[in-house]
Order: sequence, then structure tokens, then C-alpha cells
Amino acid sequence: MIGGVIHKFGDHVDTDVILPGRYLVLREPQELAKHCLEGLDPTFTARVKPGDFVVAGRNFGSGSSREHAPVALKAVGVGCIVAASFARIFYRNAINIGLPVITCPDFARDAKNGASAQIDMASGRIEYQGHVYHGEGLPSAIRAIVDAGGLVPYVQQRLSTLA
Amino acid sequence: MPLTMTEKIFAAHAKEKSVRAGEIVTVRPDVVMLNDISGPFAFEPFRTMGATKVFDPDRVVLVADHFSPAKDVQSAEAIRILRDFGREQGIVHYYDSGNGGIEHAVLAEIGKVYPGALVFGADSHTCTAGALNASGIGFGSTDLAAALALGELWLRVPDAIRVDLEGSQAPYITGKDVILELIRRIGSDGALYAALEFGGPGLQALNVDERFAVANMAVEGGAETCIMEADDQVFAYAAAHGAPSGHAVAADAGATYRARQRIDLSALEPVVAVPPSPANGVPVSELKGTRVDQVYIGNCSNGTLTDLRQAASILRGRRVAPGVRLIVVPATHAIYRAAMREGLLDVISEAGASISVSTCGACFGGHMGILAKGETAVATTNRNFRGRMGDPEARVFLANAWVAAAAAVAGEIVHPGDVTAERKAVA
Repeated sequence: MIGGVIHKFGDHVDTDVILPGRYLVLREPQELAKHCLEGLDPTFTARVKPGDFVVAGRNFGSGSSREHAPVALKAVGVGCIVAASFARIFYRNAINIGLPVITCPDFARDAKNGASAQIDMASGRIEYQGHVYHGEGLPSAIRAIVDAGGLVPYVQQRLSTLA
Repeated sequence: MPLTMTEKIFAAHAKEKSVRAGEIVTVRPDVVMLNDISGPFAFEPFRTMGATKVFDPDRVVLVADHFSPAKDVQSAEAIRILRDFGREQGIVHYYDSGNGGIEHAVLAEIGKVYPGALVFGADSHTCTAGALNASGIGFGSTDLAAALALGELWLRVPDAIRVDLEGSQAPYITGKDVILELIRRIGSDGALYAALEFGGPGLQALNVDERFAVANMAVEGGAETCIMEADDQVFAYAAAHGAPSGHAVAADAGATYRARQRIDLSALEPVVAVPPSPANGVPVSELKGTRVDQVYIGNCSNGTLTDLRQAASILRGRRVAPGVRLIVVPATHAIYRAAMREGLLDVISEAGASISVSTCGACFGGHMGILAKGETAVATTNRNFRGRMGDPEARVFLANAWVAAAAAVAGEIVHPGDVTAERKAVA
């Protein structure tokens, strides 16, 4: 279980507002972190603390496939993103780079900006204001990538066994 | 069991025997494409994975398009990383200014998209390939690093939404209007994780360029991929661009769909998407009188020769309104040259437009036409999110090339028929 403060956002938070296109010349995670969510809330990077949670509505991470967006969220210290639903490419990117993501519409609806919650990443169990929520489980094929710590170590293991 | 077009393409590329919607399978793509943003971001994980060689250099395509020609030292460095990776790996399909253009248009032009193909791209608009009866799927950089290393990736077989097109186009109706109307109906996550499958007699009324515009924006409805039925136009396009004849797929009667939509082309009015969502489509007449500062005709959905012809037909003998900037971006070098030979660039330029080198440019807020605070643009691009083309308080209205060119001439959003009718009235 880790605890953190909730930063609440609405539906359809797209990757252009998470990491505006003009910063796509950057590749260093700490450089990208400085502009995280700048398109929607320029004060976010000043407010967020390591381990905090981003909680949002439907279709989080929609639009561009830019992996710079989840990298910026991870580098700025976001401990977990909980959303009612995720856009497909963002979801894969987050899993691949080891940024925890949990799909849980009920918590996404109830969570209040600035409040605290406790989340167990492995089980997807969320404790919030006396209530317990359960995030959707992952298929075993995807669980294996998460358990390996992301797609890079996962492929590393595969390539080393092939060699 | 009856199958959708997407299930058939996945089955033809999967290691598993059973390939049905909802199942997780491992598929081997026919081609993998990366650009000057997603490529440099993929090569470090590729090496960290322990990979040294790409799975097949002939199946990898690298396109410098987003910041090309380089706008500054950082983007020049990114393009150099892309080019060096290509040289190191023996990848001959490297494209840049002068021989390339915007990746999705380039990929089709060089014959890497054909019926039955499975296309992976580190860019969300890889779904554009669906116009040619292929399945194009967008990914991030680490996924494609794995695809470069292994020649395969896991995917959940998407369920499908069937879209039947009927009727023939009214004047000034294009593929753009079809897809903006569809996304207006289903919303920007209406096709989340699904495949959009297009067919029906109305599909044949759209030429291949217009079909690219439709397929390109499938992802704006949340779709994983998109595919259209093959016909003679598709086979002719593939043959003309040196593509293999491929293995065209058709949906079986009785295939299962998550949902169905019907769009009657003859009943549409040009659709304009109001910021900040491509799903905010309204008939153009509802926005009449909206003043514009800039008009942008280009991008991977609507920078085709067909779009340039439509724009030129409005601009011929007319002038861009005072105070309005018109930027026209042919999607590829080949389209640029074809438009030059047809005299379209002369017509467009004479009207007061600036014609850009082929690049993703300002569409994603990169360069070559960024918007200032409070400015309003009409663009034939595919996204009008907050801050997409520049300042967060700039507005972008998405529309077809007829509507965009008409807005440039009128200085405000207007039905293109009103602009052409004025001429007749004067005469």
C-alpha cells in the first residue's frame, strides 16, 4: 500500500496537454517532467509530490502516441494513474515504462481533488475515505510485462534466453 | 465461424491458431515505421533490451517528418540519430526532405501498404493504412523497440464496428466529412480498443485519397485500427505504387460487430469540428461568420493531391482575405511535384498562400505556422485539442479542404458553395 494525494482531472485528457508538441525535441525524462500537464494546468509540476496520484475520467491519454507523455508523468513523480478508462496506446506505453495504471470507474468518479488515498499497485486495491475499490485486473500476458518491471527488462529476459 | 476483416488480417499474421476478438495474440507485422520523434525515443530501449540488429531491415521504414527540415539544433540531432540508426542497421527505406514527406502518406506511396498487410507504426495515425484494405496500428516507442528486436508484439484482437456508407457525395462533401460525422456520433472514445470497418456502396464514391482521410482519423474515435473493403481503386493504387498484390480480406456474412453505423453521403453537409475535440462536429452553416486568422491545408489526413485540387478550385482567380494567412502543405514530395505539374501550386500561390515543404509542421505545434494566444485557425488536420497548434488559448476548427480554402478567401468560416456562388452572381 502506498499513500498519496489525488490530483483530479476530467475526461479525455489528451497527450497534447500532458506534453505539448513543442517539447517533443526533448528526450531526457527530467526535462520532460518540467512540462508535465503544462497544456492543462501549468501549476501541476509545482504542486505534485513524489508518489501522488493522478485520477481522471474516461479516455485518459487519448490522441498522440508520444511516449514522452507517460515518461513525463513518471519522471515528475506520479505514483499511479487511476482512470475510468485509458486510451489504448497510452495504456500500453505506461505498462511498458513501468508507470502504474489502474482502471477503476467508481474511484475515478468518487475521488476528490486534494484528498488522500491508499493504493496497492499489485492487487489494484484502493482505499479512500473508508471505502474500498478494486481496479480491473490485467490479463496474464500483460501481467508478465508488469511483473518484469516493464517491456525493456521483459524483452531483455527473452533475448537472453534465446541467445 | 464468420470473421471480420480485422480478425482475418490478425489470423494471417498471428502465431496462435485461434484468433477471435478479445483474445491476446502475438502477431508479426509486414512493416514497422518510426519517425524523427518516436524513433530516437525507441533506439535506447532497443539497445538496453540487448538487441543489436533489427528483425529485418527491409521491413523497417524510417521517416524524418515531424521536425524536418530541422527547426533547431535539438531537432537536427534527433533526425541525425534516426539517420544514423538507419545506416547502422542497413535500412534502405529512410526518407527525409526531398524524397519523403509525412510518414503515413509516404508509406503508401512506396508500396509498403497493400491489401491484407499488417502495418505497425510508432505514431497514432498509422491507422491511415486501412484505406488500402490493410490494418495499421499505432504504438509508442518502447513497443516498437520490442517489435524491431523481435519482429512481433502482443495485441488484443479488437472487436469491430461496422460502418456502411451509402449514396453519393453532394458537392463539397469529402472523406473528412464522413469521419467527422462518424466521430461526432460515437464520441472520441466510441471506438475505444475497436477496429472501424468500412464498406458499403458509398465507399466507392470516395477516391483513395479521401479514404485515407477517413482511415487516418479512426484513432480520434479511440479505435485501435481501421480497415476498408478492397475494390478496383485499391488494387490500382497498390499496383501503381509497386506494392505486392497482397491478400485482400472481406468480412464474412454473419461476422460479429460491437455496433453498426450507416452514413448516407448524399445527406451530409460539410462538417466542422469545434475545438477542443474532433468529436465536436457541426454543420458548417452553424459556424458562419467565425473570423479566422490562419488556414492550414495539409497533414497526414488531408494533404493529398485531391485536397490540393479542391483548394485550388476555390482559390483560382480569388485572393486570400486581408489579414488571413493561408499555409498549404503537400503531404509528400511526390504530391508536391504532381501539384506543381498540374499548375495547382501556381494557382494556390497566386491567391496569396505560402506553400510549405512537406512536413508534419504546425499540425502538432511543431513549427511552420504556430498559433498565438487568442488566434483562430481552420485546419484540414486531425486534432484540435487545447494547445495542439500552439498557444493553449488558440482555437483550431477542423474541416475539409473546400471549407478551409473558402475560409481563407472569406476571412471567416463559410459554406464553400457561398464563395463560388458569389462569382456566379457577379458574372
